[in-house]
Formats: sequence, structure tokens, C-alpha cells
Amino acid sequence: MSTPATTPLTAGTRRLIPLNHALPWIIAAVCLFILPYVFDSRSALTIMNQMAITIVFALSYNMLLGQGGMLSFGHAVYMGLGGFFCMHLLNWVEAGLWLPLPLLPVFGGLFGLFFAFLIGSFSTRRAGTVFAMISLGVGELVAACSVIIVIFFGGEEGISGDRTMGPEVLGWDFGPQEQVYYLTALWLLIAALGMFLYSRTPIGRVANAVRDNEERAEFLGYSQRHVRWMSFMASGFFAGIAGALFAINFEILTEENLNLTTSGSILLVTFLGGVGFFVGPIIGAIVFTLLQTVLSLYTEIWALYLGILFVATVMFFPGGLAGLLAMHVLPWKLGKIGHLVVPYAKMLIPALAFVLSAAAVLEILFHKRHAGLGDHEMNLYGITFDSHGAMPLITVLAIAAVSLFAIVKLAPGLKAAWDDATHMGGHHG
Amino acid sequence: MSLFIVNILDGLVTGLLLFMLCSGLTLIFSMMGVLNFAHASFYMLGAYFAYQISLFSGFWLGLIVAPIAVGVIGALIERYGLRRVHKYGHVPELIFTFGLALLIEEAVQFFWGKSQQAYEAPEALDFAAFQIAGNTFPAYKLFMIFVAMGLFLVLLYILTKTRVGMTIQAALSYPETVQNLGHNVPMVFMGVFGVGTAMAGLAGVIAGPVLGTFPGMAFLLGSIVFVTIVIGGLGSLWGALIASLLIGWIQTFAATYNVRMEDILTSLGFTKPEPIWDSAWQDLWTLTLPQIGPILPYLLMVIVLVVRPQGLFGKRET
Repeated sequence: MSTPATTPLTAGTRRLIPLNHALPWIIAAVCLFILPYVFDSRSALTIMNQMAITIVFALSYNMLLGQGGMLSFGHAVYMGLGGFFCMHLLNWVEAGLWLPLPLLPVFGGLFGLFFAFLIGSFSTRRAGTVFAMISLGVGELVAACSVIIVIFFGGEEGISGDRTMGPEVLGWDFGPQEQVYYLTALWLLIAALGMFLYSRTPIGRVANAVRDNEERAEFLGYSQRHVRWMSFMASGFFAGIAGALFAINFEILTEENLNLTTSGSILLVTFLGGVGFFVGPIIGAIVFTLLQTVLSLYTEIWALYLGILFVATVMFFPGGLAGLLAMHVLPWKLGKIGHLVVPYAKMLIPALAFVLSAAAVLEILFHKRHAGLGDHEMNLYGITFDSHGAMPLITVLAIAAVSLFAIVKLAPGLKAAWDDATHMGGHHG
Repeated sequence: MSLFIVNILDGLVTGLLLFMLCSGLTLIFSMMGVLNFAHASFYMLGAYFAYQISLFSGFWLGLIVAPIAVGVIGALIERYGLRRVHKYGHVPELIFTFGLALLIEEAVQFFWGKSQQAYEAPEALDFAAFQIAGNTFPAYKLFMIFVAMGLFLVLLYILTKTRVGMTIQAALSYPETVQNLGHNVPMVFMGVFGVGTAMAGLAGVIAGPVLGTFPGMAFLLGSIVFVTIVIGGLGSLWGALIASLLIGWIQTFAATYNVRMEDILTSLGFTKPEPIWDSAWQDLWTLTLPQIGPILPYLLMVIVLVVRPQGLFGKRET
């Protein structure tokens, strides 16, 4: 807000890359390097790889939704096509083609870019609803083609390959999970940095202008269609990279990588994280992957919880998690973040009680309807009880009602504390 | 020839069913500017509600009660969900309805499970209505045609001949002016959303026994519905009707006539490579019309968008 205006005289003297801009990236690189030493189990590595792929995919999705104002229901197409192409490349490498594995994502990206060029030529004419519908139609078309064009998509069983057949790089053949992790992490950094820098280029900025007001951008001499097409191709490129990383990690691609479910879940990830900020999709991908892994261990109806969370986010926090965090920058700058600690702590207990008891209501109802015949015993939060009895249901309903009542009672206090923390002056103490 | 007539009738059933969804969706779209992604989910809710009711009291009560229940749910969602999101703009609205579609599918699985439900057509309609050269035409399908046609005529009458319809049409074009004339426009919006979703629910009630009542039914039909209204032209009711029928017939004919690529290529003078499984052109040679039937609507959409971006009957590129 208060950055001093650079005069033409001082403009040339600043460093090419200011240190405070490079710092987050250096920290991220160090973290990525250390992580396998902290979480060294095989499943942890798999989850981290999954996270990295989702981050690249979500960031590329946000180039459309957040930065370009294009809502896509078919983004999995570009990731999937890039991945399928890389799978074929891997098979050709096995047959004798010389291609080191670390270079594979470049080709995945180029393949994604090529299809984004083709499809973008007619789909980027308009943004908004029309673009969304076309992306949905194209997505369904490509997903349906996967069972028809067997030679490329491999039909229902998909295509698979072996990543270790290429030439070794620095003595690594990329068989062990750890080596794959470092390769994925390296490409995560490259792709994320590339997308960040893209958003800072003039074409990235014009994409924002077209998103905010396409008519004005046209009056300034920019064709809204070309600007969108450029964003769309760049996004397709990075989605293709994500696809290549998927191919390297899982060594198999199927119709599932192209269909509406995958496209929809990346929208969910990106929106949960927050579309307004560059870090939003990163937060979204990390939280979503963790939630999915942890929740699916404990409950069968995890997708229902995710759906509720998503709809609640759209209704009440359209800025997503990143937006929620960004709301606290102002109290922080005003030095009043401390004023929020006590109201937050007060709210935490009933909120937690409400979430847990509401989930318990759902779990009990689900158990009642779907457990095997005669299976009345149910275990929840370490307590074993009879799910068909009335008592447990009444108990959790009562807890939910009481905690909801407490939340409603505490809400005005929290609101007052928030108003105080976001305004200058007032009582300090 | 007789097979042709049977296909015409079958395609008419599919097309009219599509139109029951498309008409509601188009009305909602032209009124609020929001494409209701969850529209097919209300169709699914209709089928499931009617199934649940049919367990207690048979088919006919469900035919009346289920669409009303779906319409009430739709109106409540408009009032307490969509209206809240409206202030953020059209894209968040679309994302909201997308989330709603996911949530409804999960909720249906929560209550009824993942497997298909045994929702059956009523016994009173379980007979062959007529025969065309050995092909029987079930009475239930005839019933579906009558319901869809009846609904269309009622809708047309209400929209063009009644005072309520006039208000709705006026509110479509000039919401502020209508508001200033003393009409409760938000109420009209809620009503249209409720009626639109109820129509989708009715489509679900009558389609459930034929197309199957399972959690995937919404997404299966949903994407076809969107393709249809894009082809017809967003916001055009006549476009929706023509496109629905067109897609109904395309799908039915593609599924029945087994045109094989092999025969076409051979008659053009190409020789089939042997063995076919080693050829790079294997997919082209083994292609059949029923196989590509499901993707024809999407292909048609892409072609229409390239040649005529506003859709067949759309007046402008919205």
C-alpha cells in the first residue's frame, strides 16, 4: 500500500530479483528437500507425490478460473491427454527411443498445449456460462472417445508402462519412490515458478483485465478472445506437465483421468483453497489431499462431508481458505490480531462439538440404513454402542442442538471483536 | 420401414423427456442468467422420491407428490442458497449449483445406497399399446409421450395466455420495470425456479422406471441436457424443443442401425489390413454407428459452436 514510487532514475538500480520475492521460493525448495527425511514411510511419499501433482494441476486450473475468469468443467482433458502421451513415450523409450525421464514432462506439457490450442480456438470466444458449457461438452466428448480410440487410450483398461527403462540420470533409474519424489518436487517447483512468473508478465496481467471487464480491455486494443486463448494454452501446457508427473508416478492412465469427476474435483480443490490468490490452489491441494486420505480411512461417507464443505465454502467464504487467511492481514497490520485469540478460543469448543455431533448424526443414520442385517454394533469416536437404539441418536442430536445454541449466542461477541480488530483506534488493551 | 416408425416413436420419447428438463432449465436461465448445473439432480430426486412413495402407495400418488416435493426443495434452495450467492456473480452461482449437484448425488447415495432401485412402471400400463409389424410399443412409453406433451401445452398456455405468464415474460426482459409496477420479482424468480425443478422432478418420476433409478442417472442425463440447450441456443425455448427432439432421434437411430465403418471403407475400395489388431488404423476399421452414438450429441455441439456460435435458434452470443 505504501510502496514508494520508483522514479525513472532509481528504477534501474534495484536488483533483478528482490530478495523478499525470492525468499518464499527458497523456503519452499528447502522444505521440499527436507520433507522425505521427516516423513520417510512409503505411503507418506505416495501422498506427497499425489499432493505435488494436484498442486500443479490446481495451479494450472486457477490460471483459467482465478486469473482468466474462465470456469472450466473439462480441465482433466489436458492433464489426461498429456499423461496418455507420456505413457506412450515411456513405451517407446522401452522400445529404444532415447529420452531421459526428467525431460518427459516437457513433452506432456507440449501435448497439452497442442490440444488447448485446438480446442481453445473455438471455446474461448466467450467466458462465463458459454465457456463452461463448451468445456463440459468437450470434456465429455474426449472422455467418451477413450473407449472408441483404443489405440491411443487403451480402451477400458487404459495404458500402462515402465518408467525405469530410460537412460540413467546421475546414477538414478527412478525405480525407488524417493527418486520419483525428488523428480516430482523439482517439476513442482519449476511449474509453480513458471506459472507465478507468467501471471506477472504483461499477457498475464491483461488476462486479469479481460476477466474483470472484457469490454474495456477491448477498447484498450486487446482482443478478449486472443487473451483468453493464450491463457488457455498456457494452462493446458502446465496441466500437461501435471499429467506427465501422474504418468511417471502411477505408470497407468485410464478413462478416469479424463472424465467429469476428475475435472469437477479440481474445481473443488481450487475453490476450497481460494481462487483469488496464487497460493490458494496450493493450500487447497494440500488440505484436500490430506482430508481425502484421512477421512476416507475413518468414514465411508467422506465424499458427503466434502460436498457439504464445498457448498458451505461457496455460500459463506467465496474467497476460500486463502481468502480466510488474507482477511486476517488487516488485524495483523493494525497490531490487533491478539484481540481475536480469546473470542476464537471461546467459539472453538461449541464449533468443534457441533461438527463432531452433526457428523455423528449422519454416521448413525448411515449405519442404520446400510449396515449388514443384524449388525447393530457401531463404533464412533472410540465408543461402541447399538446404532439402532434411540438413545445414541437422541444424545448426539441434543449435543448438536446445545452447541448450535452456544454458537448463536457467541456469534455477536465474535462479530464485535472482529469489527474492533479490523478498525483503527478504539480500545487497546 | 416399420422399424423406422418404431425408432421415430422411441426417439420422440427420449426427445420429449429431454425437453421436460431443457424447458425448465431454459426458463431459469433466461430469467436469472444462471445455468442450473443441478437441474438433472432434481430429475434424479424426482425418481427417488417417487420410488420411495411407490413403496407405500403405488405409482400414481408419486406422480403427483414427488414433483411437488422436488419443486418445494428447489424453491427453498433458490431462496436460501442461490439468492445468497447471486451477489458474487454468475460464475460463483454456477459453481454453487455444481456443488449442489455433487451434494445431491452424495445425499441420494447416503439414503438409498449405490445400487439401482427397483422402481417399476405401474401394472396398469404394463401392456403393449400397439404393434407395428411385429415390434410392440409399450403403453408406458405412450403414457410418457402424453405426459410430456400435456406438460408442454400447459406451459405454453400459462406463459402466453395467463396473467401470471405475462408477468413472468415481462420479468424475463425488464425485471426492474416489473418490480416498479408492484410485482414481487424475487418471488417470481423463486416460483419459476420451483416450477422448473418440479418439471425436472416430473421427468424423473416418469423416466425412472424406463432409464433406471440409480445415483449416476443425474450426471448421465445432465451433460446431455446442457449440450442440448447449447445446441438449441441458450435461452431459446423453441431451440430447446428442436434440439431435444433432434438429439432424441440421433441417439435412437444411432443405437439401432448398425452401420459399420468396415463396410463403408470396403465399398470405397480399401482393403482391410490383416490381422486387424496389428494395424494402426484398427480403431477406424472396427468403428460402428452404435459405438459412436453416445458421442454424437457432443460432436454436434462442437460443430454447431464452430459454425454458428449462438446455437441453432439463439439470437445472440450470450
